[in-house]
Amino acid sequence: MLHLTPLQIEDAAKALYIQALKSLPPDVKAGIDRLAANERGETAKSVLQTMVTNISVAEDTNNLLCQDTGIPIYNVTIGRNVSLGDGVHFDGAALKAAIIRGCTRATTEHPLRSSVVHPITRKNEHTSCGAGVPVIHVDFTDSPDELELEMIPKGSGSENNSFLKMAIPAEGIAAVKRFVIDSVIAAGGKTCPPTIVGVGIGGTSDLCVHLAKKAATRALGTSSTDSEAAALEKELSEAVNLLGVGPQGLGGDATSFAVHIELAATHITMNPVAVNMQCHSARRARAIFTPSGVCFGF
Amino acid sequence: MAHHELSLPVTEADARRLRVNDTVTLNTTLFGIRDASYIALFDKGRSTRFDLSGHAVIHTAPNVRKVPVSAEHPAGYAPVCIGTTTSDRMERFTRALMQTCGVRFIVGKGGMREGSLAAFREFGGVYLAIVGGTAALETTWIEQIEDVDLDDLNPESLWRFKIKGFGPLLVAMDSHDNSLYEAVKDDVDSKRAAALARLGVSA
Repeated sequence: MLHLTPLQIEDAAKALYIQALKSLPPDVKAGIDRLAANERGETAKSVLQTMVTNISVAEDTNNLLCQDTGIPIYNVTIGRNVSLGDGVHFDGAALKAAIIRGCTRATTEHPLRSSVVHPITRKNEHTSCGAGVPVIHVDFTDSPDELELEMIPKGSGSENNSFLKMAIPAEGIAAVKRFVIDSVIAAGGKTCPPTIVGVGIGGTSDLCVHLAKKAATRALGTSSTDSEAAALEKELSEAVNLLGVGPQGLGGDATSFAVHIELAATHITMNPVAVNMQCHSARRARAIFTPSGVCFGF
Repeated sequence: MAHHELSLPVTEADARRLRVNDTVTLNTTLFGIRDASYIALFDKGRSTRFDLSGHAVIHTAPNVRKVPVSAEHPAGYAPVCIGTTTSDRMERFTRALMQTCGVRFIVGKGGMREGSLAAFREFGGVYLAIVGGTAALETTWIEQIEDVDLDDLNPESLWRFKIKGFGPLLVAMDSHDNSLYEAVKDDVDSKRAAALARLGVSA
């Protein structure tokens, strides 16, 4: 049994937001190095080198990689034998409140720019929180004594280039492929390429977009667990890098690290596809709580 | 493909000398502007006490720390992390920014469109591309937050930064109708069919 307190969640939610903004996961660093080694364009090479330099400067000066603190997203995965609060039950409402407090404290105590406003009044509460934000997703796992907290600050440059198409069965997988290519072209340099292109296929409209986000924020080097989707990931990853958008949209080979796909079953009449992208500063951080303590990583 | 070290403000002739693929390093002063401050100035009729004539703006909203006003922090803000946002959202304001405020350089990421290119040609200005998402590095080029206006919009206030060695930045759009983004767009459009063919899909 794993017994947690709301304060442990709050402290981790704060620490993860700051960690995510300051240090890139090793798979993303390796991804930039790989693209830089293969790049043929002169301007593109120089742009990629500046990205590599920035990662070192952020680490050396203990600063944020990018000024965009993003929309904070927390993904919680809860094991079977975890309690939160009274040592017996799992108090889900306390979990959400603790994450909101941790996110607020990261913003006011670091301090961070609060990038979150009311969508109509545009008022900024300077807490990185608001109605429905931070975004909190909760899922469950068979792993017994474990709670995982993943934090993703989702930058707006990439998020503003999100696309959904409710294609129909008669358009087949060709519609999916064409939509991915055309979304990457439409995004151009606005998404801060090289990007991770996240593709959602199937589900309902909202699930499809959610899957695209899940795909865009998956670690580089991972594949879809569905063999058909994994094959399509390889095919699309090659194809998008034939387009020549290049780093920052200034031309070159390195348009994307990879295309990732997540899928769900869909309706007999439906063929939905969504694209959500992650910028080159593909930030994420993760805390895993077990009975032996908490471990921070990526 | 020359490199230019420029101190702000600059003249129209300075701006017109710049060509795409040149690089520029800026010194002295840089103003921060973005969505909310543009909307305040050009849609809501608010005005600024800053003289932007001949100056450079960067599309930004910084991370700052509120501190007591001092010689080191005359505006009461210390820089934490200052970087660049996507310029495309601010496309429709370029003409007014140049015509009414006299701005010569826009520093941004991701590029701008035809309307901005026409304004650069008409008034004499350029778009200077910075590498987006490299704010830790950019912050080392900023010496001080000298002043702030329209601060009720914080963090989207109008900021005046004291800068040193801000660059190199790439001239990506110039006053002679050249845009690297237009060139890349044409190139990408010509490669679309080949990418789709690789996927076994008709264009």
